[in-house]
Amino acid sequence: MKALSRLLLVFVFLVCVSSLIIAQDEPITLTVLTHDSFNVSEDVLAAFQEETGIEVEILRGGDAGQIVNQSVLTAGNPLADVLYGIDNTFLSRALGAGIFLPYESSLLGTVDSRFLSEAVDYVTPIDYGDVCINYDVAYFEENELAVPQSLAELTAPEYEGLLVAQNPATSSPGLAFLVATVSEFGEDGDYTYLDYWSDLVSNDTLIADSWSDAYFTYFTAGSEDGTYPMVVSYASSPPFTVDEETETASTESIVADGMCFRQIEYVGILAGTEKVQAAEQFVDFMLSEAFQADLPLQMYVFPVVEDIELPELFAEYAQIPENPVVVDPALIEENRENWIQSWTETVLR
Amino acid sequence: MNNIWRWGRYGLVVLPLLFFGLFYLYPVATIFDYSFRADGVFDLSGFASIATSAYYRDTLVFTVFQATLSTFFTILLVLPGAYVFVHYKFPGRSLLLSMSTLPFVLPTVVVATAFLALIGPRGLLNTALMDLFNLEAPPIQLTHTLTLILIVHVFYNYSVALRIIVAYWSGLSSRIEDAAAVLGANRWQMWWRIRLPLLRPAIVAAALLVFIFTFTSFGVVLILGGIRFATLEVQIYYQTINLLNLPTAAALSLIQILIMLLAMLYYARLQRQMSSSQTVVPIRPKSASTWQQRLFVGGNLFVVIVLLLMPLLALIVRSLWIDGQFSLEYYTLLGENVRNSVLFVPPMKAIANSIAFGLMTTFIAVVMGTLLAYLVGDRLVNTRVGRFIDPLIMLPLATSAVTLGLGFILALDEPPLNLRTSWVLIPIAHSLVATPFVARSVLPALRQIPPSLPEAAQVLGATPFRIWRRIELPLISRSLIVGATFAFAISLGEFGASVFVARPDTPTMPLVIYRLLGQPGTENYGQALAMSVLLLLVCLGSFLLIERFREAGVGEF
Repeated sequence: MKALSRLLLVFVFLVCVSSLIIAQDEPITLTVLTHDSFNVSEDVLAAFQEETGIEVEILRGGDAGQIVNQSVLTAGNPLADVLYGIDNTFLSRALGAGIFLPYESSLLGTVDSRFLSEAVDYVTPIDYGDVCINYDVAYFEENELAVPQSLAELTAPEYEGLLVAQNPATSSPGLAFLVATVSEFGEDGDYTYLDYWSDLVSNDTLIADSWSDAYFTYFTAGSEDGTYPMVVSYASSPPFTVDEETETASTESIVADGMCFRQIEYVGILAGTEKVQAAEQFVDFMLSEAFQADLPLQMYVFPVVEDIELPELFAEYAQIPENPVVVDPALIEENRENWIQSWTETVLR
Repeated sequence: MNNIWRWGRYGLVVLPLLFFGLFYLYPVATIFDYSFRADGVFDLSGFASIATSAYYRDTLVFTVFQATLSTFFTILLVLPGAYVFVHYKFPGRSLLLSMSTLPFVLPTVVVATAFLALIGPRGLLNTALMDLFNLEAPPIQLTHTLTLILIVHVFYNYSVALRIIVAYWSGLSSRIEDAAAVLGANRWQMWWRIRLPLLRPAIVAAALLVFIFTFTSFGVVLILGGIRFATLEVQIYYQTINLLNLPTAAALSLIQILIMLLAMLYYARLQRQMSSSQTVVPIRPKSASTWQQRLFVGGNLFVVIVLLLMPLLALIVRSLWIDGQFSLEYYTLLGENVRNSVLFVPPMKAIANSIAFGLMTTFIAVVMGTLLAYLVGDRLVNTRVGRFIDPLIMLPLATSAVTLGLGFILALDEPPLNLRTSWVLIPIAHSLVATPFVARSVLPALRQIPPSLPEAAQVLGATPFRIWRRIELPLISRSLIVGATFAFAISLGEFGASVFVARPDTPTMPLVIYRLLGQPGTENYGQALAMSVLLLLVCLGSFLLIERFREAGVGEF
């Protein structure tokens, strides 16, 4: 009896301590809802907090799709003050639901004009990244294979069983790549994007569920067990495959025209917040040189502000496609379901 | 005095009902209401589009099909294993029993990796076989097949069934088996006529849990099955996250709940018919003496080790093996904030968070689950409510995590219950999955207790608490420990809706693993594996501690 009571006491004590461990760092003030990949250097954020006196709380809500949905569902009584990480594939949904307060940052003039659209009344572009095919350099050299320079080439016999892509229904690069093929081959005519996909599948392209799964399980340069030397990934991934001793990257991106899809990420102030001024300051901070220069190494994306110096690793090993695929966000929102549905039927057949 | 006890009892009954009402029924009702009501009008067109679509019908058929097969194979493999654990003593018995629960906590991505390292085209097994028989192509090709889904489902759920059945079986009287043996029953009759009927409550309970878990399977089917296979849960996720098509998602979610409810109703009926009580003379495990027995024991342990521990071993090896030699680099890297990131998580912090949430979840689930079991078993208040609640207590397990997650966000948005972004929601979400587990685990043991036992004690003047403490608690302790173990594991593995709610930065071990896997580079991958191994170690340590808890505190008499 005594032993039990003592154990129970210890247990209850532990539960209380647990609550304290977790509760101790409960912060206050400006809340930013963002996706799980969000990251920033400690000193950069600390400088902002010191300068403005605004404490920043980061709230992570899953992937880009999830945070947009959460914001749409809570329109008017938002989870946070600021939403960062909404990209051009989901932008239309959010604008349609009217979840943002209008704001135009005074720093918008520094942003490369390619990233500006009517949407900037409500959201501010912060960074961009290109979804491109990455390939295993060693494999292509050893097998004396030419690197494909167009999407169409991927269906050629020499690339049979070499590519792993992702399911657009569950993966954001998967959807981006699908949109790139729609843009390249079109929806009507003799050879549509669906014909292309059925050729890809007959050429033994593997469809994985997520980026992690494709990259770390099936890609030869990402996993010891992988057997596919090409993977749909990001143009910013190769810098992270650099061998420090030989100073060479084991992977490269294929950035030929029409082979990459550009994702642009935005920040917006959520309607219903009581901290409009602080939120505006935070948006300005995200366009500041300090934050923009910090982006590449923390989130593997490129700054939208012009003339930001890229870190050496990026300047040297990350390629930026000159003519990526750009598709109107409204068109994507309108056709997403249809494209994915048709794609699923084609690939499953 | 008597009045206090009576009112106290009703108070205890209300507690779990309040918990479920507030954190389950209310959020789910809110999200369904929101989904089906467009502009104030009730719109059920979601159902119509599902009913007419061959695609959804196929999904439903496949979901039921794979869940049935998974359950069947799991139980088939578990029964001989459970027999061995109950009847034989062997070195490492309780350690192995604890270790069998480890797969349960691993994130699906990590499990996929482990299996690929083992049976993938370039995995250990295929390379060995190719070397051995001079083969050109890998003989085992399971990428994106139903077989692989089934294997991994058994891998995940073996321990659930094993531990429930072992706990129940150990509490069964050995007299019937002994009598049957004396009367000359052969081995076949022993299983068919004696053991299976006796074990039916536990087998059915285990099967139901495994069925629910595999029916609502999400990650395993997505990652290991590839796009050819989709369960209802996968469809709900896709309709919600990608398309924000809430009417269809809610309709699918409701269909899933209704099917599960049917299974539970059937189960509850079965359980009630069989609840028998008997005097307990527990089976005493003995050492295997003849060579047949040794072979049988050895064979079953082999299955446990190959199926459950080999993939884990492959994982450990991968986390330590860098460029052809053993190294702890991935582990040391975990502790370094190389990129000076604001969101860097020291491993100790993630471990502390995980354990903290685990403890809170276990506490809530053990209290609520036990109370629920008493309520359903009509042991607390002699009402007939139990009959109606019985089939309902598993509903949180049957509800899509995406649905529940959105329900939280919509329902808990006003003070005093503005919990949407509070960390409190995390242990609550875990407890919703863990509580039914505890209740289900405790119920069969509770029903085994003959009512004459507490009644006799009452006649002798014992207070209700004393009766519970001295008579009932010892008898349900074994099952309670199993429930507590899984409650902790459920929390450590981040089951349920917690993944689908926005949360402040209280990263747990699985979240750190996901974060690392979201970034390119072999170091990140290696660190994810290292973190997974740490997760396994923390789990194993906790399970062993929970076992100790029973031995030290409640113990048998």
